[in-house]
Amino acid sequence: MQLIVNILVLAAIYALISCGYVLVYRVSRVLNLAHGELMMLGGYMLIVTAATISSNPIAAIAGALVLSLMVGGLVYVFLMRKMTGEMVLAAVLATVALGILLRGLVILFWSAQIQYPAQTLALSNPTLNLPGGASISFYSAMLIVATVVVYSTLFAFLRFGSWGIRMRAAGQSPLLAAQRGINLHGVYALAWGLSTLTGSLAGILIALDSGLSQTIVMIGLKAFPAALVGGLDSLVGALAGSLIVAAAEVLMIHYVDPLLADVVPFLVLIGMLVVRPWGLFGTREALDRV
Amino acid sequence: MSRHPPRASGYFRTSYAQDHALIQTRLEWLATAALAVALCGVPLIASPFLLDLATQVLLAIVGALALALLTGYAGQISLGHAGLLAAGAFTVGILFKEFNAPFWISLPAAAVTGAALGVVFGLPSLRLRGLYLAVSTLALHFVVVYLGGEYESKRGFSTGIMIDPPSLLGVSITSGRAWYLVMLGAAVVALLLAANILRSHTGRAWRAVHANETVAGALGINVAAAKLGAFVITSSMTAVAGGLFAYHRGFVSVEAFSLYLSIQYIAMIIIGGMGSLLGAVLGAIFVTLFPYAIEALVGMLPGSQRYAGSLFAVNYAAFGVVMILFLIFEPLGLVGIWRRLQSFFLLWPFKQRPVGGGRK
Repeated sequence: MQLIVNILVLAAIYALISCGYVLVYRVSRVLNLAHGELMMLGGYMLIVTAATISSNPIAAIAGALVLSLMVGGLVYVFLMRKMTGEMVLAAVLATVALGILLRGLVILFWSAQIQYPAQTLALSNPTLNLPGGASISFYSAMLIVATVVVYSTLFAFLRFGSWGIRMRAAGQSPLLAAQRGINLHGVYALAWGLSTLTGSLAGILIALDSGLSQTIVMIGLKAFPAALVGGLDSLVGALAGSLIVAAAEVLMIHYVDPLLADVVPFLVLIGMLVVRPWGLFGTREALDRV
Repeated sequence: MSRHPPRASGYFRTSYAQDHALIQTRLEWLATAALAVALCGVPLIASPFLLDLATQVLLAIVGALALALLTGYAGQISLGHAGLLAAGAFTVGILFKEFNAPFWISLPAAAVTGAALGVVFGLPSLRLRGLYLAVSTLALHFVVVYLGGEYESKRGFSTGIMIDPPSLLGVSITSGRAWYLVMLGAAVVALLLAANILRSHTGRAWRAVHANETVAGALGINVAAAKLGAFVITSSMTAVAGGLFAYHRGFVSVEAFSLYLSIQYIAMIIIGGMGSLLGAVLGAIFVTLFPYAIEALVGMLPGSQRYAGSLFAVNYAAFGVVMILFLIFEPLGLVGIWRRLQSFFLLWPFKQRPVGGGRK
């Protein structure tokens, strides 16, 4: 029972992070390797808002989310917009460089020490007992709730929202979308903003649950296989991929070797690339050259 | 090492042998000889610190050349360069610990390990292109590093493996000067190897595959073999560089081979300029010296003592900024700047080449 709970929590973490990869990739065909760092930045935004705006947890978290939405938009406006039309590799490397820059800045401003925003906000993290002898911490449960909320909102938004439809259109054919009067830069900026927002939400909840340091970047990177296993341009796929990767990881740690934790997602990824490179639910596409 | 440097006038190649020669004019011969003398003379005058820097640069050049061949010429992206370096280093470390193997066994063994891993890294390239290939090499990097870490912890070397310096004819190589010469030799061999591959059938096949796989196939090039060959040769070079790194440090540990190292190597070929051996060399020099330059700059600021602890973070941030600036404003890299300078002086007092005419 505890195993299932662990799998669900880890899957929720991966799903919440990997929808950011999917959003950006689906709309602009860019692989954002700085997503882990942007997620970490979300956690630190909470520290900022908790210190400046309000010590009310809800207000602080909302403030941090708004800030990260803006950060995502700014990343597009000041960096990724310059990379449109460049080679795919150049755009990916720009995100890698952005990641390094963010990591340096975070250490510079907040030091490499682990921080506990939950203490600053005077929040406790009670353990909830579930039937079947399993237990779950409050914020882990919140992670699952947040994943459900975020995914249903995203589905509804992409299906019915006018900006959501514009995003899908831009993802299908940027040229036609632009000719229909869709503001491509606006759509791309929104995709980056939303992706950073959902990533930050994951970062904030992880930070509240178990503290915040630079190591959570690795969690962000491990969520990437989840996105790819499901198919980089499919939200349903991201959910399925997260479940698969999380299940593989938790089971391997439990039954084989805890040291495997950082490798399992990538082993799953390699397996998937061999069998079905475009993922479970992804669209098969002509892939670009370097 | 550009194959067709701009010529002001008067030099025409009249045979294929001339066209293929690595050094073409008397001036180039003179320049090469002067450079060789200067490089060999460095250990006589340089301070130990500078000599160590030069040694690091030369080692980085070997790895950067390999990646330039793979990504710049054959067009296969690799985000797993650090994994290959780790494989070479661990081959040396494990052979030394388990069998006490001398360097003339362990370095070739590192090359073989690299070649074998090259096949593993290269197999996905037969099916995957672009991003997906990059991702698969990234995944393999984590696998290799995991295996290294597993060996360390299972055998009880949890802090890392110590390696004795290699000895040649009974003399062990420990001094900075000896290491400088070893690395200089390695870098020269790597450069000659790369230049020779590029002017041979293999190199032309790689460039054809890079340009267009379908057309390359129609030209009678075995695309799969060319891709795998590119991975095998460059991985082998990289693993030897990793082995040399292990000997130079006298110490192997997985911590040295993070993803950041892969990124640094990619930064070298971007900052230097893709698709140019000179670019790889310039990039390796730039990226290796960059942290020291930052340190010196921060040291000049007033109140530098306060920043001493966060130097590492400043480095990271500045490195990210420089990479972004190069990607946005100078995608051709340092070589692009160098070429522009060359043509500025060649064309002077004109600004542009004549439209349509003129020599390339």
